[in-house]
Amino acid sequence: MIKHLPALLIVIPLLVAIITPLIGRINRALSWYTATITTFISFVISLSLLKTVLEQGRISYWMSGWEPPWGIEYAIDYLNIFVLIIISFMAFVGAIYSKKNIDIEIDEEKKPFFYSVYLLFVTGIMGMTVTGDIFNIYVFLEITSLSSYALIALGKKRQALLAGFNYLIMGSIGATFFLLGIGYLYLMTGTLNIADLAVRLPEFYHTKAIFTAFTFLAVGLLMKLAVFPLHFWMPNAYAFAPSTISAVMAATGTKVAAYVLIRVMFTVFSLEFYAQAPFNIQYILLVLAVAAILAGSIMALAQTDIKKMLAYSSVGQIGYILLGITLMNTNGMIGSLIHLLNHALMKGTLFLVVGAVVYRTGLTSIENFRGLGKKMPFTMAAFTIAALSMTGVPLTVGFVSKWYLSVASIEIGMWWLVPIILLSSLLTAIYFWRIIDNVWFKPALGEEGLEHGHDNHRKPKSNDAPASMLIPTFTVAMLCLVFGVFAYGPVSLAEKAAMILLK
Amino acid sequence: MEIIESARPVYAILVSLLAVVLISFSGKSPNLREMWTMLAALLKFGLVVSMLPTILAGKVIEYHVTRVLPGLDIAFRVDSLGMVLALTASFLWIITSVYAIGYMRSMDEHAQTRFFMCFAIALSSAMGVAFSANVFTLFVFYEIITVTTFALVAHEETPEAIKGARRYLAYLLGTSIFFFLPAMFLTYNYAGTLDFAGQGILAGKASYTIISIIFVLYIAGIAKAGMMPFHSWLPAAMVAPTPVSALLHAVAVVKVGVFTVIRILLFVFGVDLLSKIGLGTYLAYFASFTIITASIMALRQDNLKLRLAYSTISQLSYIILAVALLTPSGITSSMMHITIHAFGKITLFFVAGAIYVTTHKKNVSELNGIGRQMPFTMAAFTIGSFSMIAVPPFGGFISKWYLIMGTFEAKLIPILIVIVVSTLLNAAYFLPIVYAAFFKQPESGEVHGIKEAPALMVAPILITAAGVLVLFFASPLLLNLVKIAVASALGGIY
Repeated sequence: MIKHLPALLIVIPLLVAIITPLIGRINRALSWYTATITTFISFVISLSLLKTVLEQGRISYWMSGWEPPWGIEYAIDYLNIFVLIIISFMAFVGAIYSKKNIDIEIDEEKKPFFYSVYLLFVTGIMGMTVTGDIFNIYVFLEITSLSSYALIALGKKRQALLAGFNYLIMGSIGATFFLLGIGYLYLMTGTLNIADLAVRLPEFYHTKAIFTAFTFLAVGLLMKLAVFPLHFWMPNAYAFAPSTISAVMAATGTKVAAYVLIRVMFTVFSLEFYAQAPFNIQYILLVLAVAAILAGSIMALAQTDIKKMLAYSSVGQIGYILLGITLMNTNGMIGSLIHLLNHALMKGTLFLVVGAVVYRTGLTSIENFRGLGKKMPFTMAAFTIAALSMTGVPLTVGFVSKWYLSVASIEIGMWWLVPIILLSSLLTAIYFWRIIDNVWFKPALGEEGLEHGHDNHRKPKSNDAPASMLIPTFTVAMLCLVFGVFAYGPVSLAEKAAMILLK
Repeated sequence: MEIIESARPVYAILVSLLAVVLISFSGKSPNLREMWTMLAALLKFGLVVSMLPTILAGKVIEYHVTRVLPGLDIAFRVDSLGMVLALTASFLWIITSVYAIGYMRSMDEHAQTRFFMCFAIALSSAMGVAFSANVFTLFVFYEIITVTTFALVAHEETPEAIKGARRYLAYLLGTSIFFFLPAMFLTYNYAGTLDFAGQGILAGKASYTIISIIFVLYIAGIAKAGMMPFHSWLPAAMVAPTPVSALLHAVAVVKVGVFTVIRILLFVFGVDLLSKIGLGTYLAYFASFTIITASIMALRQDNLKLRLAYSTISQLSYIILAVALLTPSGITSSMMHITIHAFGKITLFFVAGAIYVTTHKKNVSELNGIGRQMPFTMAAFTIGSFSMIAVPPFGGFISKWYLIMGTFEAKLIPILIVIVVSTLLNAAYFLPIVYAAFFKQPESGEVHGIKEAPALMVAPILITAAGVLVLFFASPLLLNLVKIAVASALGGIY
């Protein structure tokens, strides 16, 4: 049983996804329980896998006993267990949170289907993470993508359909590129197993076919990752999806894409490849990363809708992740990996907060946040913590990743990246300050007259989010602080992963 | 140097944080709430004093809390320099609390619970800065102070207050993120550590150019020290209620600023390194500019609090000037002036608040004859002003005496001229107030007879005024403490 945990991790949510609509026929409310319990089981399995990896090192599980490279291998090492913990945790948090959220954001009769697709999505992202077979990654990528198109289109606004359709187009192009890249790799080496590819590929590094393969893989993944300027699908997708889905996708979807990029760049390919490539790949990616960091922050400044602002902010944050990857040294890789965790926690919190605000007020404009500090104090406290963390205040997780990225930039002599990181922190501070200012220092719309008196300082009634939303939100917000102070745990895991990748 | 492991500095920090929780739950009954403040203030002072004998015996107390990342630790280290700030801050918190209770109740201010909570957090963080063992810990507490005092500055929530508070936040946060943080980062990058050490940690680790860049970043980043050109947050912050201004100016904010400058100069760069590159002299001239300019600006202010604010800017630069001389007497003067200026300036602010509460007057030009109405208060004001001008037998004389000795030791005679001119300017903007208060006729229709502020406000004023005198007559007490710090900074020469 214990031996089969890597398979169960994928099989359980997949099977439950299929039976959830049936369970929903019996009683719609039951579907929430099945989804929550299933994601919880996945999270527990991930934890137990983490324990195994820490004790024994790499896990290799052979699907139905077929020996790799012929059969499909599930390979779990320090890198993907790190990602797996993040996504299974956020999927579980999202499932708990969704209960009240979809009450108002999804039609009643669609609930069982929502959970069914949600579990498919979770299956997909976890499958992409644990599999050691590159074609299998593509299969799970398609499962993930198809389910996320559906999840986005479930949003109640009419634009949700269009946003889902746009994502479908962009996502399909990205996936096709990825598949083409795999095709070239298979053509040259005759294998699809990642570990096997890593062994066989170096002798073909100089060929045009392999260079083309890399380009297809990289562009496809950058599209999935929503790296500027390939980010167009993302803001609308996040803005019109149900809030739970915005939170879960922001916290897991892009993380998994980043993971696959890291896997392809440093396990399938290796540093030697970049040394002899006809273009300076590192330089191109670096320019993209810097452009993403700055453009994301600047576009976020211009938004009036909080969900879009957060989406553009994600564009910038993805730039950070890409930056750490392209620095190609240990500290940069640590910065990148730790930012996968940190950004999942921060952006997760922020989108969960937005969901709670939508639940209470039904609106997502930044203007609407005025005076919410008095109405929803705990939710807004969580928001403030996450916003501080996004800015990179010490003792929050945001600081840790920026610290590592700065150290890494200096190490390879690119000191000019430090002012860029600082500048984007400043921009981040500005666009979050607008909201913090609204939340804590401005009276609610239509209540301006009541303020500024010493005597008539009436306290608006506190009406915070329901517990099933507040507790998950607050927990994730607290983790932003916990992993900011006790950063050493995740950092040491990320360090082990980085060492293996850059050996 | 003997090192003692003890969590006592952590308790000294935590006691007011605990008070914050209690205060937040006692919002409905003001007396209980104020009791928590007072209790925490007394307890904190007790804890700080209990560490004093150990420090005076030449030992240091250390406590390591947690390691955030390799090289980034949250750790505390109580030494004599930290003790100077901690003693001053914790003692004045007791006094300020009494005063604040009197002030807030007389003015019937709103949101008093939030006020006392933020007050307590700010004090906790000031302790944290005083006891920090490395730049990272110091930076964290430095930032917490900024955020909590922001809420205090914005307390009135009027558009004017919020505007002032925004400028306050923008200056302090902006400079610390843009200059202080990179400076810390570069220090870590070159020195490989952020722990304070007696002879500095940067010597021999980087080229002089890089060290000079780091130096400039630090000086620009510590805007709390009020050096020009990053000084204008201080006048902007005057929209705050007077107890806040008093706290800001005497303890929690500006003193933390100059303390940080001293700490960084002596324990990150080290005296030898700075004198070798000659950075101290540049800083001394730079500070001199602030001293003179701020004094001239103070002359032009009619609003009493604003005049005091500019006076603070000028006095803070005395402290920076003194430490920049890098001589034993100079450093002694800078450390002593932290305490001495704190007592003098808090007295002056208390008086400004008392005048406002009693008569609702804010401007210097309205103070004719007020000495007859409020004799005790104005007597205290006189004592505070004389200390600022550095007339014996008031505390200010002692630190200026050492400052002058320091300029001779450093052979910087132009600085001596600066000191003389600024002393004259000090007299020029303080003495007319004293003269008007006691010797000019009040405007017609004014009440005659004595009408002082509430006792809860007058008592603190008299205590701090007395403190100014005590600091003169009992200066050896403070001097002994400071000497240990100077010795550790100079490698035991002094």
